[in-house]
Amino acid sequence: MPQIEVNGKSYETDEEGYLVNLADWNMDVANYIAKTENLNMTEQHWEVIDFLRKYYDEFQIAPAVRVLTKAIGKKLGPEKGNSQYLYELFPYGPGKQACKVAGLPKPTGCI
Amino acid sequence: MSEEGIKKFMFVNRKAPYGTVYALESLEVVLITAAFDQDVSLAFLDDGVYQLKKGQQTKGIETKNFSPTYRALEGYDIEKLYVEKEAMEARGLTEDDLLVDVTVLTRAEMGALMDEQDVLLSF
Amino acid sequence: MLHIINQSPMSSSTLDTCLNVATGGDILLIEDAIYAATAGNAYEAKIKEAMSRFKVYALMPDIEARGLADRVLEGVSTVGYDGFVDLVVANSNCQSWL
Repeated sequence: MPQIEVNGKSYETDEEGYLVNLADWNMDVANYIAKTENLNMTEQHWEVIDFLRKYYDEFQIAPAVRVLTKAIGKKLGPEKGNSQYLYELFPYGPGKQACKVAGLPKPTGCI
Repeated sequence: MSEEGIKKFMFVNRKAPYGTVYALESLEVVLITAAFDQDVSLAFLDDGVYQLKKGQQTKGIETKNFSPTYRALEGYDIEKLYVEKEAMEARGLTEDDLLVDVTVLTRAEMGALMDEQDVLLSF
Repeated sequence: MLHIINQSPMSSSTLDTCLNVATGGDILLIEDAIYAATAGNAYEAKIKEAMSRFKVYALMPDIEARGLADRVLEGVSTVGYDGFVDLVVANSNCQSWL
């Protein structure tokens, strides 16, 4: 299985770079993955990552983009709960890319 | 069939969770189906009712507890969950034992609802 | 509706549930469910009772494979694979019970 190395520690990932063990996640790992995705992490990025991790903790799945967008709108307001805002933060998809940084599996239904 | 292109899909769940993989497979297919804007409903018959039991703790069997995911269905606009009354009662359960809001139907009502479906998928 | 059952009623509750829940229509017994359509089985009375509400079919290749071609219950219509297809086409919806 592929691995990434952060601060001298190695972590298992799948073929696409998603962390295999949810418990492996920490800020350093997140920053490392973000870098490989060419993301400049801002407060707004972290807000989405935090939201995703809380969503996963509650429901045990990574939400589909449509569901994520709606849920973020509900919690953080309509100016953030729209796909333009989320795609600007995560150009390769708020589902796939943000979940990867958040250390979550790829969203169900995301092919 | 109601609106143009929208079909009524019913997922019929009759197996308890964890003993077999059917319950989890059903849930995953349901989540994927949600992306296609169809009229999706879930029916829980026989041991399928056990899927919705509150308080599942799977640490001891080292299996993922997917029961919280039923609570995510609302966010996926899947709000039609039906439970067979006789099956629930035969298992000593009441609506209060279930982790989501459901509509309880008698066998006869459940059968009538099935007749209205375009597609029925058994798990 | 067409209800397809593939498990023996002596080892599975599937046919029971189908008969309890379904409002009527066609039932097609295939694979191990064909045992329900044979004379002298413990489920015979229930199948006979169900015949007032359902038209019961059984798949002949599965009956033959199990050596029971001479023991099909009266009132059960046997069909081949072509008849299976006809039943699916004739019904507006179909449920393959698991």
